[in-house]
Amino acid sequence: MIYINGLNIETKTTSRMDAQLTEFGKVFLFLLVGVVFVAAGFITSSLIRPHRPYDEKLSTYECGEEPKGTAWVQFNIRFYVIALIFIIFDVELLFLFPWATVFKKIGPVALIEAVVFISILAIGLAYAWAKGDLNWVVPQPNRPKLPEKKFDKPAKKKVAEPAEPAPTA
Amino acid sequence: MHESIFLAVLFPLVGFLLNALFSSMKFIKSGESGKEFFVGAFSTLMIVLPFVIAVGVFFELQSLPASEQKFVVNVYEWFKAGAMTVGVSYQLDSLSVLMMLVVTGVGSLIHLYSIGYMHGDEGFARFFSYLNLFIFAMLNLVLADNMALMFLGWEGVGLCSYFLIGFWYDRKFEGVGIETTTDAANKAFMLNRVGDFAMLGAMFLIFQKIGSLTFESILSQLSAFDQTHLFWMALLVFIGCTGKSAQIPLFTWLPDAMAGPTPVSALIHAATMVTSGIYLIARLSPLFMLAPDVMNLVAIIGAATAIIAASIAVVQNDIKKILAYSTVSQLGYMFLALGVGATTAAMFHLVTHAFFKACLFLGSGSVIHALHEEQDVRQMGGLQKVMPSTGTTFLIGAIALSGFPLTAGFFSKDELLAKTFASGNVALYAVGIVTAALTAFYSMRAYALTFLGDARWAHDKHPHESGATMTIPLWILAALSLIGGVIGLPAVIQEHNWIHGWLSRSQIVEKEMTMAHSTEWILLALSSAVAIGGLGFAYSIYTKKQTAAASQNGFYNLLLNKYYIDELYNALFVKPMRFVSEKILPTLDAALINGVLNGVGTSFISIARSLKIWQSGVAQNYALAIIAGLVAILSYLMLKQP
Amino acid sequence: MPNDYLLSLPILAAAGWSVLLIILEAMLSRAALTRVFAMLGFALVGGLSVIGFPLQGLAFSEMLRIGGFQHFANIIFCLSGLLVVALSEKYLDDENVHYGEYYIVAFISVVGMMLLAAAANMAILFIGLEMMSIALYVLAGLMRRDVRSNEAAMKYFLLGAFASGLLLYGISLIYGATGELALHKIAIAIQTGSASMLFWIGFGLLITGFLFKISAVPFHQWTPDVYDGSPTPAAAFMSTGAKAAAFSALIVVVTNFSTLLQNSPTWSLVISSIALATMVVGNIAALAQENLKRMLAYSSVAHAGYMLVGIAAATPDGYSGIMFYTLVYTLMNIGAFGVVALLESKENLLLASDYAGLFKHRPMLAGAMAVFMLSLAGVPPLGGFIGKYKVFAAAVDAKLTWLALAGVLASAVSAYYYLRVVYFMFMRDPVGEAISAPATSSLAFALIAVAVVLLGVFPTEILRITDAALKFAQLPTQTGF
Repeated sequence: MIYINGLNIETKTTSRMDAQLTEFGKVFLFLLVGVVFVAAGFITSSLIRPHRPYDEKLSTYECGEEPKGTAWVQFNIRFYVIALIFIIFDVELLFLFPWATVFKKIGPVALIEAVVFISILAIGLAYAWAKGDLNWVVPQPNRPKLPEKKFDKPAKKKVAEPAEPAPTA
Repeated sequence: MHESIFLAVLFPLVGFLLNALFSSMKFIKSGESGKEFFVGAFSTLMIVLPFVIAVGVFFELQSLPASEQKFVVNVYEWFKAGAMTVGVSYQLDSLSVLMMLVVTGVGSLIHLYSIGYMHGDEGFARFFSYLNLFIFAMLNLVLADNMALMFLGWEGVGLCSYFLIGFWYDRKFEGVGIETTTDAANKAFMLNRVGDFAMLGAMFLIFQKIGSLTFESILSQLSAFDQTHLFWMALLVFIGCTGKSAQIPLFTWLPDAMAGPTPVSALIHAATMVTSGIYLIARLSPLFMLAPDVMNLVAIIGAATAIIAASIAVVQNDIKKILAYSTVSQLGYMFLALGVGATTAAMFHLVTHAFFKACLFLGSGSVIHALHEEQDVRQMGGLQKVMPSTGTTFLIGAIALSGFPLTAGFFSKDELLAKTFASGNVALYAVGIVTAALTAFYSMRAYALTFLGDARWAHDKHPHESGATMTIPLWILAALSLIGGVIGLPAVIQEHNWIHGWLSRSQIVEKEMTMAHSTEWILLALSSAVAIGGLGFAYSIYTKKQTAAASQNGFYNLLLNKYYIDELYNALFVKPMRFVSEKILPTLDAALINGVLNGVGTSFISIARSLKIWQSGVAQNYALAIIAGLVAILSYLMLKQP
Repeated sequence: MPNDYLLSLPILAAAGWSVLLIILEAMLSRAALTRVFAMLGFALVGGLSVIGFPLQGLAFSEMLRIGGFQHFANIIFCLSGLLVVALSEKYLDDENVHYGEYYIVAFISVVGMMLLAAAANMAILFIGLEMMSIALYVLAGLMRRDVRSNEAAMKYFLLGAFASGLLLYGISLIYGATGELALHKIAIAIQTGSASMLFWIGFGLLITGFLFKISAVPFHQWTPDVYDGSPTPAAAFMSTGAKAAAFSALIVVVTNFSTLLQNSPTWSLVISSIALATMVVGNIAALAQENLKRMLAYSSVAHAGYMLVGIAAATPDGYSGIMFYTLVYTLMNIGAFGVVALLESKENLLLASDYAGLFKHRPMLAGAMAVFMLSLAGVPPLGGFIGKYKVFAAAVDAKLTWLALAGVLASAVSAYYYLRVVYFMFMRDPVGEAISAPATSSLAFALIAVAVVLLGVFPTEILRITDAALKFAQLPTQTGF
């Protein structure tokens, strides 16, 4: 039996001494079951899987990023864009929870307001899309164009707008 | 009609702005008559329209019962500072409408005249822009319902006067301590400043006492002032007026103001601007009545100015200087009348003086124009035959100025002198009568030397009568000089004359003075005799002798040199000032003021340089500063809060 | 409910219009068109504020407070946005950063300003502040291939985020102390109980957040660096619109707590000292600046100090003076920055001495610039003088004569660096070839200059409006709408 002091729930449940768990007791039970379940899975798989390690497989993230070395490395800015968009919609989802709780009380206006809210975010997404910021363009190495004939001068590079990502792939 | 009063003020302003534009665009290439006529006619129209409005307001005011004496038109709240609210609001009562009629009426005629007079001048549009600006300022002066706006106009007319005296800024002009017209303009401006300073002092005193500057509240709260206050206020206002209206001791600028074009002398330095002092004292007459000491001073200064200026005018040889001193003298008369409490008489003389003096000045301008800028009466003579219109109108102006029976000047001057007599100041009356005799003498002298006798001008000059734009105003003004007196016939002829009835509708007050009809007849006869005597005496001398010079004795020289007042002022004020500012101050300036200022300046800049250390450009340090500031604020708040 | 929408129509319209701009830009990608629509939007929102001027009340569950004050502030923001957008085309073309996003971001920033001024609840206060600030960070870094612009954006972002953090912390402490987020309810809570230490710390943090935005000393150091690196029109926008917004919010906050603050000599001393330090440091540091953009940045610090004098006075006259001041300041400072932006090209022509003889080539432009400089220096009868006069007079009335005196002395110092520009323009002969700039823009600047002069000569009408606008902000607990 689990007893956590100082909580309101306790006053009700303590009267029925042994038969029932408290609310937190159930949570604890879930935790226990979860840990056991995961641990069981790991243990089972380690017992039955084949064991063929190599370097890349042993690296921490197993996705190509170097886990060691200086933190001041350049990584592709597109990760950032994706993360940003993810965060925005994540937060949007969070906002919809409190909205759902008062939805009944406010009525149709609430629906309209939520639609406006979501469509503003959607328009933002559409904007990023239309501007080509969602295109996963592989960086093109900036190789100077070599002269085709021996005595040609190299072609002049345009100075105005260098290497702007193209709107469409 | 009275609602449109702001238009009346706006028209001259529009005229000024457009003319200034024309001037800066060089719209008129030298002597293009068509364009000149367009600009001139436009400017004149901008003055005629206010005149029309003034006439409309006049009739509107007259149709009202005497109990509703005035309109106050609030156009705009100009500024508000603490308890002081200054509005652009105009008060239309009988006094201000009378002034407005004179200003716009005479102003229109002089504008018209100037089209001919200024023909071919390089600064044609510039001239008209100043004239329009002047009328704008003058209308603000006479129509303002508070002293602040009045002062705006007061300064504005001074500024225009400065511009116009120095209009021909590259010309030579002779005077004591004066070499160019610019010097003359500076002199006028500075002497006016002395008076303006006193006027500001008066305004401060009034505001401090009653917290308002509107004439309405000043005159209704006079009981709030004690005797000392009243004395100082009246005195300061009067000193301000001596500057603008050229009275002793600040009168010396007016003769030198003749450096400007002659229409300017007629408009500003005879008919309108110089009378604003009289207008203001009349406006504040209830206040002055409570300060008898100042009233006496006003009368004495007025009488003294009148006789001194008249005696100087007798011997001057420059035709415009004669008229200038005559103006000073006539203004002295008006102050005399104000001083003895005859406010209406002063205003009456103001109106008639505007007519005949404008007529005389314009006539002299016509002569000067014909003789190619010749101003010396010794180089004139015999012009009556050549320029009949100018000559005749000048003669009419001259006899009106002398007070020849039944002319306008006769009635106004007689009323003024009679009131002086009735107030019991026999000495002042005597001074007035002597001045009248001198006036008649120099008027006829000026006429005779200019228009009668033999021609003394150089043979290469071919004077001829001026054009219609110049002679029409002359004739109108001459007619007004002749018949203008009907607005104020003496009591023996008409018991309640018009101007008394009209001005009694406004708030101005005057002393009650009565005298027997018989006395009045005697005084009338006396002034007639003096005027005719003076005229006749001068006529007999100057048509025979043909020269200006009387006897070259010491007194003559004293008069010719204007009692050496200019020299005195020069020695007392100008030269010491010059010495201090040219010899002492530069060294003081360089050593002390510049030293201190430069020291302060460089030390500030070195402090500024040292501050640069803190501006490191490193964001962490900035964040540190923010934290430091925050900690300081929070710890102080925590320390001090309970 | 419909009343809520009507009340906050300008804000809703602005938000809607910014979405419209986004759609427009996404579909057409035409910067020039977006620019025109942004200007139209500013005009529309400003117009709505003018029409809605008499409306007042609390809207959306007492989240927004709308009244004359907010409408007046909206008009200033829109004016600032409109002028900046109108004057920035040539600069952006020269710098080769003519993106449509510039106009959208500026518009969104104005929406944030409007929210900030209209906040009746500290949550909205924070949202408005962040909306405005984040947009400004983007504007600062607009020239993304320019190292200095990047540096400016980064600095502004880091320090701005820092200040926002302080502000948010302050909000949470105040919430902890009083249990309320709505400003007027906090005021009631303090009146019934008493202000605890916790509240004062929270309040100090909150105010610090605002003081950072208006660049008061010692929270000002980002100002010159950021203004220097940012595109010049963006700097003009930061120094006028953003400053006006922060001041509006500051006024809203301090008027809500007016009974508390007026009885607190400590608070009065704190804010007066900050005002004094801001005026002194801003003006003195500006003396040593050669670069006009940095000079104007320090000048904007100094002007924040003058306006803080009005906050220190803590009287309706003082607040009304600040409102007038922000209006004049918006005009004259955008004018000054605009002239700099017009003439500078690629880091050149940024020193006062580069303006030598400008009067000879471009009399109208030089005249307008002279008006802006003289007005910034506070020379009568220009608008800047009236603004200073109003706040200093309010300080004298509030028995802070020493502060007003210090302000007058500080502005006397300021005359040096403003007049230096005028001196170069008028008294020196031109060096080198004529500075080229389109002639139409001279006319635009001349119009702004005329407006500055008019505000100086006829301030009464505007002051009457600001006085009326403050009435509602003065009555925090009156909510019967």
